[in-house]
Amino acid sequence: MDTLSQLPATTVATNGAVPQPQKGKALIKTQGLTRTFKSRKGTVEAVRGVDLEVRQGEIFGFLGPNGAGKTTTMRILTTLMPASGGTATVCGFDLRRDLGKVRRQIGYVSQSGGAEPAETGRENLLLQGRIYGMNSKEARQRAAELIARLDMDAFADRLVKTYSGGQKRRLDVALGIMHRPELLFLDEPTTGLDPQSRARIWDEVRALHAQGMTIFLTTHYMDEADGLCNRLAIIDHGQIVSQGSPETLKQEIAGDIISLGLDTQSDAVARVTGQLRDRPFVREIQPTAEGLQLYVSQGETVLPEVLRTLDADHIAIRTVTLARPTLDDVFLRRTGRSLRESNGNA
Amino acid sequence: MKVLRDSWLMFKSQFNVSRRNPVWLFIGMFQPICYLLLFAPLLKNLVGMPGFPRGGAYNIFTPGLMVMMAIFGVGFAGFGIIGRLRSGFIERMRVTPVSRLAMILGTLGVDICLFLVQLVLLVGVGLLLGFRPDPGGLALLALLLILSGMAMACFSYALALLFKDESGLAASINLVVLPLLLLSGTMLPLSFAPETLRNIAKANPFAYAVDASRALVAGNPGDSSVVKAFVILGVLAIITTFWATRSMRQAAM
Ligand SMILES: Nc1ncnc2c1ncn2[C@@H]1O[C@H](COP(=O)(O)OP(=O)(O)O)[C@@H](O)[C@H]1O
Ligand SMILES: [Mg+2]
Repeated sequence: MDTLSQLPATTVATNGAVPQPQKGKALIKTQGLTRTFKSRKGTVEAVRGVDLEVRQGEIFGFLGPNGAGKTTTMRILTTLMPASGGTATVCGFDLRRDLGKVRRQIGYVSQSGGAEPAETGRENLLLQGRIYGMNSKEARQRAAELIARLDMDAFADRLVKTYSGGQKRRLDVALGIMHRPELLFLDEPTTGLDPQSRARIWDEVRALHAQGMTIFLTTHYMDEADGLCNRLAIIDHGQIVSQGSPETLKQEIAGDIISLGLDTQSDAVARVTGQLRDRPFVREIQPTAEGLQLYVSQGETVLPEVLRTLDADHIAIRTVTLARPTLDDVFLRRTGRSLRESNGNA
Repeated sequence: MKVLRDSWLMFKSQFNVSRRNPVWLFIGMFQPICYLLLFAPLLKNLVGMPGFPRGGAYNIFTPGLMVMMAIFGVGFAGFGIIGRLRSGFIERMRVTPVSRLAMILGTLGVDICLFLVQLVLLVGVGLLLGFRPDPGGLALLALLLILSGMAMACFSYALALLFKDESGLAASINLVVLPLLLLSGTMLPLSFAPETLRNIAKANPFAYAVDASRALVAGNPGDSSVVKAFVILGVLAIITTFWATRSMRQAAM
């Protein structure tokens, strides 16, 4: 488990630069939101009682593995489908009554985007602007502004079907913000993108946030949730398992994590557990696929002692990693599974 | 007003898409032109037989082919909707305040324009072969065909929004289109048909369109079949437009 090495060094640095969440009014508020799909194969409870509050000025992340119910929740909040139960307000309007008013306030970038492939990027942008009531001059100006800002000059007048993944994603974001929405929904904004394109999208999200836009995004990447979001909710099987700022969530796993790679076929795991269980610095021991994870205080100081103890008992240690807790550890702690393993083929 | 403005915006967008993929124009044309060139000559020998309507073979057959184009060519208009469901375009639009009726009308406008271009080409070929329509009647016929095309296109859109994939749409449209066509009197006049078939055909709105089209081409706009066809297809066009709009409103993928 080399969870720390998954985090790019820049994440930590930029994290400090993200403004602290303001105590704005709630732009999204849900209570007991549920959604059930019925099909011939039976019913799927995709969302099972989600309570969320997203406040103005936040970048709010919705983190969870594939199939957790992120898209379904977002589609309810963006007026695309009704909830089966529960209540939700978006930008102060009730989703059951004021669909039209909600639609005027929000922007939505779905997982697949939604640009028309047989039109150029600029044509797509112009249509989007005009639909929200701009006249053609305003739409042209705004499109030109976004094309310049997102560096799309080179391809804005080519048909969208010729775009690369990263170019397409930039257009998708531009479409979502064309009408300057108060609240922007981004469904898996960087899934499938190369690292450079990801970084671009992150920069753009931060820039939008700096201009005062509130952003609600889903992701199954913990580094994205960690590095980009002020606050997040972790969702699994349609239920929120934890909610708070990335720091708060990680603090619930106080201290550091020592991951030991052991021969899991032998009795090594049991013997290590026996040896270390009652040490004062060990808070928790959790078995993993590769061996054990020790949740300890002051990892740097206690690591030598752990190693000495195990060495004295002639327990063969294959690998050792010392790491700060990540959101994956939070997920593991809450669900008993690793987020990266749960993502499967994603 | 908003509906008109939105319809125009959606029309322009759909027009860009169709303009860049003109192959549909010719796919829709292919069949009727084939019939005109390869089948109509066979009819020449039937002219004058008992039961065959009066007028030259091309005056009988060309109007029928025009209705056939409304059924067959326009019937597959729903494929455009499937494409836009797949690209996520429709979902993106559904998050905006754009009028749902306009989403249908804009697309419909383009499909009807395409249909009119095909009709002009068909009439052109017909004229070369010996089609001699009454000019005023032909103009009225164009209106009737627009209503028929609207009904068929919206029916196809609604099915596309219901099935959401090509195979479901193709299967259901084929299931409907062929009986509609055979029981419309396009190929051979229904006056040849046995009583039972003629009675079944009474439930086919396009059979009225074919009757009326022949009367119009012959220069009899006062014929009772004309009024009947306008009313039936007009009502059908309105119903299917609302059906398609309703489906668009609910089209969650
Ligand atoms: N239209 C639908 N019909 C049936 N089941 C669905 C539908 N949409 C989503 N689901 C199911 O709901 C669950 C949650 O899906 P989704 O919200 O897309 O998850 P996520 O976006 O977190 O990957 C999955 O089990 C998925 O198969
Ligand atoms: Mg999803």
